[in-house]
Amino acid sequence: MATNPSLRPVGTGELADAIADATRDGRRLAICGGGSKQAIGAPASDAIDLHMSAFSDVVDYDPPELVLTAGAATPLSELEALVASRGQALAFDPFDYGRVLGGAAGASTIGGVIAAGVAGPCRLTQGAARDHLLGFEAVSGRGERFVAGAKVVKNVTGYDLPKLMAGSWGRLAALTQVTLKVLPRPETRLTKLFVGLNLRDALRLMATAMRSPAEVRAAAHIPCAADYADRSVTALLLTGFAASVEARSKMVDALLDLPGQTADIADQASTEFWRDVAVTASLRPDRPLWRITAPASRIAAVTEALGLDRRDQLFDWAGGLMWIVYEGDAAHVRAAAEGAGGQAMLVRASPGLRAATPTFHPPAPGVAALEARVRRAFDPLGVFETGRF
Amino acid sequence: MSITMPEPDAQVLARRARIVAGLRGIVRGEGVIDHPDGLRPYESDGLTAYRQTPMVVVLPETTQQVAEVLKWCHAEGVKVVPRGAGTSLSGGALPLADGVLLGMAKFNRILDVDYDDRIAVVQPGVTNLAVTRAVEGEGFYYAPDPSSQIACSIGGNVAENSGGVHCLKYGLTTNNVLGVEIVLMNGEVIRLGGRHLDAGGLDLLGVVVGSEGLLGVVTEVTVRVLPKPQTARAILIGFATVEGAGQCVAEVIAAGIIPAGMEMMDRPAIHAAEAFVEAGYPLDVEALLIVELDGPAAECDHLIPKVEQIARANGAVSARTSRDEQERAAFWAGRKAAFPAVGRLAPDYYCMDGTIPRRRLPEVLQRMAALSARHGLGVANVFHAGDGNLHPLILYDANQPGELDRAEAFGNDILRLCVEVGGVLTGEHGVGVEKRDLMPAMFSDEDLKQQQRLKCAFDPQQLLNPGKVFPVLHRCAELGRMHVHRGRTSFPELPRF
Repeated sequence: MATNPSLRPVGTGELADAIADATRDGRRLAICGGGSKQAIGAPASDAIDLHMSAFSDVVDYDPPELVLTAGAATPLSELEALVASRGQALAFDPFDYGRVLGGAAGASTIGGVIAAGVAGPCRLTQGAARDHLLGFEAVSGRGERFVAGAKVVKNVTGYDLPKLMAGSWGRLAALTQVTLKVLPRPETRLTKLFVGLNLRDALRLMATAMRSPAEVRAAAHIPCAADYADRSVTALLLTGFAASVEARSKMVDALLDLPGQTADIADQASTEFWRDVAVTASLRPDRPLWRITAPASRIAAVTEALGLDRRDQLFDWAGGLMWIVYEGDAAHVRAAAEGAGGQAMLVRASPGLRAATPTFHPPAPGVAALEARVRRAFDPLGVFETGRF
Repeated sequence: MSITMPEPDAQVLARRARIVAGLRGIVRGEGVIDHPDGLRPYESDGLTAYRQTPMVVVLPETTQQVAEVLKWCHAEGVKVVPRGAGTSLSGGALPLADGVLLGMAKFNRILDVDYDDRIAVVQPGVTNLAVTRAVEGEGFYYAPDPSSQIACSIGGNVAENSGGVHCLKYGLTTNNVLGVEIVLMNGEVIRLGGRHLDAGGLDLLGVVVGSEGLLGVVTEVTVRVLPKPQTARAILIGFATVEGAGQCVAEVIAAGIIPAGMEMMDRPAIHAAEAFVEAGYPLDVEALLIVELDGPAAECDHLIPKVEQIARANGAVSARTSRDEQERAAFWAGRKAAFPAVGRLAPDYYCMDGTIPRRRLPEVLQRMAALSARHGLGVANVFHAGDGNLHPLILYDANQPGELDRAEAFGNDILRLCVEVGGVLTGEHGVGVEKRDLMPAMFSDEDLKQQQRLKCAFDPQQLLNPGKVFPVLHRCAELGRMHVHRGRTSFPELPRF
């Protein structure tokens, strides 16, 4: 069978026509950004690839307004470099999925990051993509261009459709332009490491730190860290002005009376540490990878329920996010996540497992029905329902 | 009063006795109010220019009762208007003559607090401030702090996505809510989000927050609570020009500083506030900034001289830093009392709520002064300067024939101006009734229809709070219809069925 044809519309009008044509002809469209997350979800169907690459311009960036508007296909790396050049950052801490899925880093686009709701370790305290997407322009599954939100940092005019669009995985509309809130880049980054804690003590340490006024930005626990002779590492990130970070570091020291070995790492080493946490560098690649979110106070129940090896777990968001490598039955993961009051998403797996396992945690029946009605509100004929999710 | 509500349904009004009886079958005793004296307190919310006596008021006490009331009304084709504490400034809880007013005040319990997960689970009738009161003993607080926080309810905050003076740094309601239980118009009870971040699925929680009571009735809310910052200090800075104050705000942010609060007042607002509470504000300035910094003492000590230096470089004529909590509270007292203070300048005032790109502030204030002269009504401005959210307070006298209409016309001109310079109609008060008919200034017909299609997914008969937010009510069947698109093909190379 020949490869499916693909479309590469050069403007909103052409995009709208392409979508309308597909609805009329009963074809389905798979919205493509940089392709870095292509290996998430059920393998390719007969959908036509809809490449968004033409929508890749930075439209407006005014640093003191804390607002950035760019085409959806603008590379994440380009935007990160742009805001960094003005002393700012994308505060939701996005990362590139390339390495998580066995590919190269660098292909991610901002539209893909938003559509997948990607947010890294600082999501714990600074919000997710949904919290920083102020407005967007898109073409719906009806083939109609529409906008929602706005290009200012504070707005409640109309429904907050940007929240819905973030994390919708291309199932509602094709994003063409996004407006993001940006924030000052912290002057200093300091990571405090605690070596050798067991899971229970690590979760306690992170909870204690997060309860304190030390304004801990991110908190993670790696049960088995290769760089530390396979001992565990628990990390707290402090960011901000140097004087403030120094004071808060002392606050953390006074707060946590720890038996374990401790160390501080700063600047580049700190940045690399947290990037490794974001892309699950400590976990074995090429094995099925699950992403579980649950209340941190109950997350340890997942470890117990699944009998997980130390090497196969990684805790971020002070324990509210758990990545696991697990080769057993998907139903066990979902039951364990639910048992902890949370949910599990299948991120990395063989094509066969991905075809057989829903990517997202199945919602309660009432919510599932409402989700379906909401999808039909944007995409009445299912032009974006490619069978991937 | 330029806004008209949907024409009451005579058939529903004729069935009033039956509807009251039906509701009494669900909520016993005093929970159903149908006597005119009992209905009067519900005839308006914080937007008092609009009044309408509801057909009947119901005050349920359990989620089960809410579900049964909605299911019953759904089956009977009766409209429902949800109401929290009734402090909306946009008429979000304005009753309908042929509608049931669903008051949520009896949902007033804090259900659970978990300090390890840093969450509180509360019923929607709990006041905003009561959440902070419940957790402050453990050193926590709930960050969103609308000025009405002593009275406004969390359920109302969720409906309106309420902000406050600290939201540039700490976010609006939507950034601080983790989960809700809502009842749909058909009586279905649904839980969205949870007790943790990123609960999965489409972010329906994100659209329920700020949906102004049109998508569902909130019966439980899980919020994040935060450890209270170790210290907070405020700087009171006077400027000879509005431009200087605006430039100072931009440069503070450009210096990498996100203050906990950054508020601006113009000359009329400064004078009104000082006359009202004697906060010690300078009276010889055109603009006053309050910049509040919070965090560890070392951070405040580090940043205060930086902010003072930026202020001086931008022509500040006075700058005072609070030395203790009492002084900090005094600095804020004038700002927090600005609305009632301005209220003493005239018999009535009308509070607007646009957001603009901050860089356009001097121009907007100049054009607002011209509009003030043209409409013959005074205006005072308070401004959440950090996030560009402007609250012009239009002064008028409702007892003078035509003044309310002029105040509304002036307000509409201000909001159109906000949109023209790249801003929005409402930063935190909601569209409600008040700004409903201005929505086309910001959104195209298709933009609004797409929003209404979302409404149809939640409430296809459009019985929940109709007449708010959207200027034109379309039937869901009409909104869902697909039209053949343009009738041409851009990709003739595509294989077709």
